[in-house]
Amino acid sequence: MARKTHVQTQINGDSVEFLCEARQSLLEVLRDELQLTGAKEGCNNGNCGACSVILDGRLVNSCLVLGVETGGKVVETVEGLAAPDRLHPIQDAFLENAALQCGICTPGFLMSAKALLDNNPNPTEPEVRYWLAGNLCRCTGYDKIVRAVLDAAAAM
Amino acid sequence: MPHVAIPSLMRNLTAGREHVTVPGNTVREVIDNLEHRYPGVKARLCEEGRIKPGIAVYIDGILTTREGLRERLDADAEIHFLPAISGGIGE
Amino acid sequence: MPEKKEYKVIGTRPIRHDGVDKVTGRALYGADFHTAGLLHGRVLRSPHAHARILSIDTSRAEAYPGVKAIVTAKDLPDAADKVADLGEGAVHLKYLCDNILASDKALYKGHAIAAVAATNAHIAEEACALIDVAYEVLPPVLEVRQAMEPAAPLLHETLKTGSLGETAEEPSNVASHLQHKKGDIEAGFAEADVIIEREFVTGTVHQGYIEPHNATALYNPDGQLTVWCSTQGAFTVREQLTEILQYPISKIKVVPMEIGGGFGGKINVYVEPVAALLAKKTGKPVKVLMNRADVFEGTGPTPASFIRVKMGATKDGKLTAAQTHLAFEAGAYPGSPVGAGAMCIFAPYDIANVLIDGYDVVVNKPKSAPYRAPGATNAAFGSETVIDELAKELNIDALEFRIMNGAKEGVKRADGPVFPRIGFIESVEAAKQHPHYTSPNGKKHHGRGVASGFWFNIGLASSVSISVNPDGTINLVEGSTDIGGTRASIAMQAAEVLGIPAESVNPSVVDTNSVGYTAVTGGSRTTFATGYAAYEAAQDVKRQLIARAAKLWEVDEEDVQFADGEFSCINGKEAQLSFHDLSARLGETGGPVVGSAAVNPPGAGGAFATHIVDLEVDEDTGKVQILRYTATQDAGKAIHPSYVEGQIQGGVVQGIGWALNEEYIYNAEGTMTNASFLDYRIPTCLDLPMIDTVIVEVPNPGHPYGVRGVGEVPIVPPPAAIANAIYDAIGIRMTELPMSPDRMLKAMGKI
Ligand code: FES
Ligand code: FES
Repeated sequence: MARKTHVQTQINGDSVEFLCEARQSLLEVLRDELQLTGAKEGCNNGNCGACSVILDGRLVNSCLVLGVETGGKVVETVEGLAAPDRLHPIQDAFLENAALQCGICTPGFLMSAKALLDNNPNPTEPEVRYWLAGNLCRCTGYDKIVRAVLDAAAAM
Repeated sequence: MPHVAIPSLMRNLTAGREHVTVPGNTVREVIDNLEHRYPGVKARLCEEGRIKPGIAVYIDGILTTREGLRERLDADAEIHFLPAISGGIGE
Repeated sequence: MPEKKEYKVIGTRPIRHDGVDKVTGRALYGADFHTAGLLHGRVLRSPHAHARILSIDTSRAEAYPGVKAIVTAKDLPDAADKVADLGEGAVHLKYLCDNILASDKALYKGHAIAAVAATNAHIAEEACALIDVAYEVLPPVLEVRQAMEPAAPLLHETLKTGSLGETAEEPSNVASHLQHKKGDIEAGFAEADVIIEREFVTGTVHQGYIEPHNATALYNPDGQLTVWCSTQGAFTVREQLTEILQYPISKIKVVPMEIGGGFGGKINVYVEPVAALLAKKTGKPVKVLMNRADVFEGTGPTPASFIRVKMGATKDGKLTAAQTHLAFEAGAYPGSPVGAGAMCIFAPYDIANVLIDGYDVVVNKPKSAPYRAPGATNAAFGSETVIDELAKELNIDALEFRIMNGAKEGVKRADGPVFPRIGFIESVEAAKQHPHYTSPNGKKHHGRGVASGFWFNIGLASSVSISVNPDGTINLVEGSTDIGGTRASIAMQAAEVLGIPAESVNPSVVDTNSVGYTAVTGGSRTTFATGYAAYEAAQDVKRQLIARAAKLWEVDEEDVQFADGEFSCINGKEAQLSFHDLSARLGETGGPVVGSAAVNPPGAGGAFATHIVDLEVDEDTGKVQILRYTATQDAGKAIHPSYVEGQIQGGVVQGIGWALNEEYIYNAEGTMTNASFLDYRIPTCLDLPMIDTVIVEVPNPGHPYGVRGVGEVPIVPPPAAIANAIYDAIGIRMTELPMSPDRMLKAMGKI
């Protein structure tokens, strides 16, 4: 058995400790060790964005980050987006705009959109398209996703 | 009497005829009567008492199942034998 | 015939029932399934595109710490000469089994050879590398025309061409030949003033769903097999498992997890039987996940094809004859969608003389799987390009030309069936009147193109049951996997019958032990057929509630009327109860009310679409940029318009990807050299404009609300529409897909 490292990090506001092998990605840790399966694996090599999370305020593909790298950092995942009693405005906008079909890409898009709006609260359509270009969706043709993000920006 | 559209790849058995009218209350009877008139037809369409895999039977434009031999026919039903569509289902 | 009616629920846009689960990350997809004691499986795949398997030695892998079991084709029951009956079609069991784990030959790079279960996925992967397989490498056949050559290496020594029940003498890679004939093709061309004939080549493309295939299986000591997986049809998985494993259907339960896209590619099983075999050997639950390369190399692409189209028309614009030769790559085992392509290719037009020949050809590529309107997109690329060329030649507006020759009710298709009421002309008219089409288009290197498409749609079996809750809501149980909002579109049809809001329905998609047989979410059938079942189940509930009201009011059932969500007495007695209030009184009138229905509706009603695209060609790089896109489509009746628009937009964008970027690139050894999302490039949002949609509603006489399937046809027109627009922009006819920058530069004579 490969040796495991003890890692302490903060995920969605909670302090979390876990043991992980050096080769395990953050995505693997989230999904397999912590049962936070909101982040999805579409490619495991940084090309689809389904695994997007926010690490210390920066949007990352969690399949390209090692679990051991997250020690002392702050991780935000889709599970932490909604408040206990209401959805985040981006989540509402996705539902209102029917911006998901199968929904497998949705957690990644939500986190990308949040990272965008955290940095740029009033993006133009080209800015939204540029920012979301790292997230693949095979179902929607992106039209309703882009509208949802623009709507969310207007609502926030 | 039911009308049978003879598929182009079977017209070698029907002397080139495209449409044939044969008596029959079920698909089975129609095929038996066809066989009577054009020997060899049945072997092309059936095996082991069922429609062959790979062949689809349409009655009045509607696809029936492989148990289609039992299917009852209206007096003026129109029957098509077509290649079964495989891979024909997407989202 | 459904009349134009005012509906309360249908046509509105409620929030989908599974929406909150899906935006909070709570929805459980196949890979998210977890259970105690779970082992992880990995599949070893062939490094060769064509090879005889001489031996497999698993001893080194078995000795690797953490490995719990290894399976190969030897662990599958003997399949020789059996025919597997999969409900909708019969196939040779050996082909089905060999595609799961190769027995004698590896027929494509990525073909599954063996699988390992271990305590974690890394160990399983490492152990795969320790399995020693001896191969005798054979020359691969990688292209359909090459495969049809008499001298081509054979994939299957026993495969002989079938032509409607007749089998050829000699073995061949041509699995079957089909033909449709209408009228007199020679006479038709003799009548024509203009004849265009062209050849087309399309590349191998993948469905490209973002979620890789997955399955977890568990064998209980009592022999009960449970499989959790992401599939378009839990019952279809059950049927395939019972055939492949030769295991009783009653001992198999398939639990459909949420599914991350399918588009036809998640109907065939791949890792499900492998997980089952590993679970049986270990006595533990085993989860097998594919990675992205596995998905590209081991699962259903849609085939490359070679297509010849010849069409003729008179000077005044009447199509007189159409002929085509369609040769489709089936992949490693027979079963390309050439039959569907043959049905669809000339279907939008009323042409007196037609001859269609189709060939299903095996090659050393993964066994092809359905992909959204399978076969129709390849075919339409050919026919709709030739139609455009004819219109240009005759100096007739391309949409007008389609209207002049368009199929309507009563027209007989070349393959036999006669069209009922259809909305082709209406879809073209809608495009013709659209501001997009009437706007100016004249800039240099900008072009505009149009194309149409047809898909026949399917019906098949669906079951639904509904139970009434005391607070006036209902629970709706269905067997259709929800890939794009069908929980909502099905629930809405039940809600409409019962006069309750969509939000008062709790829909659940359940396992194969918990609902009647339901065919796949595919063929654009779900909103049509499962919606039909929901309609009928709701009618059943309504009848029972009428009886309850009659009991309460001590009147005859005929004296109770139900309208707008209210039961009322019509024999003079003043009595009224809402659905909500009557639901609260079920206890005192005889107990629970459960309605159910199982249907197999025949009248799926074909769907037509017409698309307009504006684009720009970059003369220096060869890149084609889509500037504006409008899609019109006959939806029959749009139950939830947002999800109808979404289906259209998604289909269009897949079609754009197919047209411009996507293809499997093979090296001479038959290895796909671009098996990642980086190199197999599907469209991103940066590549696209908004996709405008126009929903035309010509009600389908075969459905109580007039629904036609909408999911598939929108992928059909884009490649031809884009090729036609490229011609408009630079005067060059593109006849090969994808129209990628390198092909564009070549066509422009720049490289
Ligand atoms: S899974 Fe991380 S980018 Fe695709
Ligand atoms: S909704 Fe299916 S991939 Fe985006």
